[in-house]
Amino acid sequence: MVAVKETVEQVKQLDVDQYKYGFSTELEVEKAPKGLSEDIVRFISMKKGEPSWMLDWRLDAFRRWKTMDEPQWARVHYPKIDFNDSYYYAAPKKNAAPKTLDDVDPAILETYKKLGIPLREQELLAGVQTSKIAVDAVFDSVSVVTTFKEELKKAGVIFCSISEAIKDHPDLVKKYLGSVVPVTDNYYATLNCAVFTDGSFVYIPEGTRCPMELSTYFRINEKNTGQFERTLIIAEKGSYVSYLEGCTAPQRDENQLHAAVVELVALDDAEIKYSTVQNWYPGDADGKGGIYNFVTKRGDCRGANSKISWTQVETGSAITWKYPSCILRGDNSRGEFYSIAVSNGYQQVDSGTKMIHLGKNTSSRIISKGISAGHSQNTYRGQVSAHRKATNARNFTNCDSLLIGETCGAHTVPYLESKNASAVFEHEATTSKISEDQLFYCRQRGLSAEEATALIVNGFVKDVLQQLPMEFAVEAQKLISISLEGSVG
Amino acid sequence: MLEIRNLHVAIEDGTKKILNGLNLTIRDGEVAAIMGPNGSGKSTLSYVIAGKDDYEVLDGEILLDGENLLEMEPDARAAAGVFLAFQYPLEIPGVATMTFLKAALNAQRKGRGENELTTPDFMKRVKVGAEKLGIPQDMLKRGLNVGFSGGEKKRMEILQMALLEPSIGILDETDSGLDIDALKIVSEGVNALRSAKRSFLVITHYQRLLNYIVPDTVHVMSKGQIVRTGGKELAFELEANGYADYVTNAAA
Amino acid sequence: MSNIAPLKTEAEQALIAQGSGIAPDRKAAFERFLESGLPHRRVEAYHYTDLRALLKNAPPPAKAGGKVSVTSPLADIDADIITIVDGHYEASLSSTPPKGVTVKMVTTLADDGSAQKSVLSSDPVIALNAAFSDSALDIAIDAKTELVKPLIIRLVTTAAHASYPRVRITVGDHAKAFIVESHEGGVAGSLIDSVLEVRMGDHVVFDHLRLNVVDHAATVLTSFGGAMGKESLCRSHNFIVGGALSRHQIFFRFEGEQSKAEISSASLLNKKQHADSTLVVDHAVPECQSREFFAHVLDDESTGVFQGKIIVRPGAQQTDGKMMSRAIVLEDGATMNNKPELEIFADDVACGHGATVGALDEDLLFYLRARGLPKTEAEALMLQAFVGEALESIEHDGIRDVLEALAEQWLKARSA
Repeated sequence: MVAVKETVEQVKQLDVDQYKYGFSTELEVEKAPKGLSEDIVRFISMKKGEPSWMLDWRLDAFRRWKTMDEPQWARVHYPKIDFNDSYYYAAPKKNAAPKTLDDVDPAILETYKKLGIPLREQELLAGVQTSKIAVDAVFDSVSVVTTFKEELKKAGVIFCSISEAIKDHPDLVKKYLGSVVPVTDNYYATLNCAVFTDGSFVYIPEGTRCPMELSTYFRINEKNTGQFERTLIIAEKGSYVSYLEGCTAPQRDENQLHAAVVELVALDDAEIKYSTVQNWYPGDADGKGGIYNFVTKRGDCRGANSKISWTQVETGSAITWKYPSCILRGDNSRGEFYSIAVSNGYQQVDSGTKMIHLGKNTSSRIISKGISAGHSQNTYRGQVSAHRKATNARNFTNCDSLLIGETCGAHTVPYLESKNASAVFEHEATTSKISEDQLFYCRQRGLSAEEATALIVNGFVKDVLQQLPMEFAVEAQKLISISLEGSVG
Repeated sequence: MLEIRNLHVAIEDGTKKILNGLNLTIRDGEVAAIMGPNGSGKSTLSYVIAGKDDYEVLDGEILLDGENLLEMEPDARAAAGVFLAFQYPLEIPGVATMTFLKAALNAQRKGRGENELTTPDFMKRVKVGAEKLGIPQDMLKRGLNVGFSGGEKKRMEILQMALLEPSIGILDETDSGLDIDALKIVSEGVNALRSAKRSFLVITHYQRLLNYIVPDTVHVMSKGQIVRTGGKELAFELEANGYADYVTNAAA
Repeated sequence: MSNIAPLKTEAEQALIAQGSGIAPDRKAAFERFLESGLPHRRVEAYHYTDLRALLKNAPPPAKAGGKVSVTSPLADIDADIITIVDGHYEASLSSTPPKGVTVKMVTTLADDGSAQKSVLSSDPVIALNAAFSDSALDIAIDAKTELVKPLIIRLVTTAAHASYPRVRITVGDHAKAFIVESHEGGVAGSLIDSVLEVRMGDHVVFDHLRLNVVDHAATVLTSFGGAMGKESLCRSHNFIVGGALSRHQIFFRFEGEQSKAEISSASLLNKKQHADSTLVVDHAVPECQSREFFAHVLDDESTGVFQGKIIVRPGAQQTDGKMMSRAIVLEDGATMNNKPELEIFADDVACGHGATVGALDEDLLFYLRARGLPKTEAEALMLQAFVGEALESIEHDGIRDVLEALAEQWLKARSA
């Protein structure tokens, strides 16, 4: 039987050319000289007006990075990256420390408007959104604006760019930065420590439920520029926060590097919910261009009864190398990872999670749905481990892959490691395709081939979509359809 | 009106012929039953009318109200008024029945250039239809056909038919796997949909179903052809004598 | 990668010295090994069995076979026997081959790498075998031959040296055979690195059992390579209780359509044993089916490793592959590392894997104890059932009974 022939054809034709966010914005920018050196690290730190301890931290990381090797174990292939061929700092000129939204370059505001990101609080309130979302907008190397700061401040919540946090809350930054992802954790994380330019900082005080969703929207605009963002979220005892992250980039022929580090700390009884819709430019139909996305995301369930939940919808990037993880240190802590990874064209995805069980009665849950189409390769890679003292550790993992067409690949590489007799791990994985019969049934009821495919795929990923905040889920559902089909929705 | 003329069909690799010059006309409002031994091509006929990929039409035509169905995609045929109640309805995990019904209904309305139904209007229609068939509300929230019993799946097919209001409903062995109570409910559902404009093609192996859905005409199929046509009394004759005559006749 | 040459371990240095006067026809294989050295944890396939760290020394290859003093657990089975002592074929301990079977020693083993190309992977342990094995035993089973009795190949190690046996089996079309590979003997410091390579024709039914009952102080590295034609059935069973450090590799490839492979394994480990089962099932052609079932019982501070990979090549449509790994960890400090992988390049397939790691079912244990069974006996009963699942596909009653008795013995020793 020929595999979903029509669908495959449609997917082939439409695929990644449907990228809607491929425009670029013409702006006057200030850039660091091209290349990577100690001087560039100093330049970035100077531009940010950082204290000397921060510069020392960066320089230390940079020196260590120079001794490290690029990791080779992931199932992704790309020409060797010339780290001297990028710009490590690019900031819109007119954006020198804007106090209010009115100070922000209108071209940037227009960009975010086109992307559908609400920056004006009054617009947001008047808009269709049912709940309030505070946004930190990061444009190339700098945060251009953070909304709802005042309102959040009343609740004691600190939400600002990491650059501001380094200046205004040095004690918190010193205490937590690098405490989850150590400086020497891995090649890309160490590089990030040296050259990160901006990102978000969140601090939720004890016993506080953050009054609104927080989000950061990342946009790479400049050519040949890497984006190295750094996000740090601290949830004090008994607090709760839900955080969303989105990202896009213009359509360009050359590959651009994005190497982010996200650190989450949840203390006793705290909960952090972190959702990502990753939609970096994936490259064109022939695999030209696209973002190289090498990301280290890790949450530390440091306190007892704490909980960290990662949800990701990955549709973009030429290469995705990303494993949002949880260290389950506190007794009774819980980690969750829900993922949808869609690949098409020549995209390569190697993504998954790590659940490291250290404390007693810790539990984790992994639900991963991979969908491969076109010539893409989509790998789930996940590690679950129970330390010797992780009494009663529990994990449940389910990873399902769906293949559309016969030129793509779907791979599953789980690592399950247990050193404790009372730990129980269960793992299951399946690989399948959309059945011809299901498609025919839907079409007999009047749905077109692409509507039918989208419907079945959305059913396939439903368990994960449900984990996203409402507005995001609707967006994600559309995005998945677009990634696979283009014209649906 | 559905007209099938000189229909020759093989399975896709072209070697095995299943339908051999089949002729059949079903007038508006007519309920036609097709009976026949296993392997006579009954299910193939229903799939070919609905446009399943696996078959190769070598010759002939199928016209619905004068329009050539064979030139249309399956979804276009559905929008034109063809509804096939499957012998084995498919499960679609993760897609709530309600979501599916709405998507199908609106896709067909769109295909016919009609406006989409408003949500309250849609909900009302589903509720009324579901109640008639004894389909509980919580079933509509579950994944389509996932974990449904055989009887529940068949009732769901009839509910879909009621909502989609086709001009021809094809029931492919709808009685298979049904106990007598479920058979009654399903038959009542079908009978309620009978009208002067809507025709039905009821495919069955047994006469039993035709006690509940009383046909206007009965056609006997063998070796990919209609070999005999008569009124509802023909079904009783078949029930009494079996298909042996037709198998040997056709082979002779 | 960094250009700094890693320091050679003692074992590596010994191997390099032993390879210095190597015959020209083995040079290529030796150089293949030299290129990578002993595999270590950053080599993905050896992540959980770091030979660079675990292999303390590499004894010199035995020049001749020593005196066999161990009795095979399969001694009472009515079978044809081939005995290989310290890597050397021992005619006096081998029976005359049955009708339809030819056994031949090949000493001029030209290593042109064809063995690797045909059946086996480019694995460093296999490369080492190719470099140091000075002969191969070729067993040919003629077409249409149906062996009534199992053919047991005893691989006995008698002293603290290394042996590199290589056995090559061809199974003709429509033949039926049961080959047992029994690793016995061994002492502290002994090392065996064996390769059994089986080429199966079409319409073959082939059973394979690999038994590891070597001494708890010995090192066992063993590779089984199988390639199979169309419409055939291969069952490979593995039973592992021996060795301080052991690795059991299976590289299996479907080369003809509509064939089926069933691979099962039971490992019972205690003290500080480290046993690795590594499996690659390569669906290179359409319409084949594979089933894999691996069971581990881990006591004390032992370490079990399961790495299983199902590959579905482009075009291998209608592949049906299912892999299951179950492990029971009896003590904190015992370790189970599981890595079940799927590598799929065709869309019309049904593939899946499952893995569980855990303790014995508490409820069931309580139920048995409530019926009066002491804890260790109740556990033994449950473990016996657990292991039994991996043995039940062995059709030969006598051999299955022996393995069940070995399992029972292991469990008794545990409760004693």
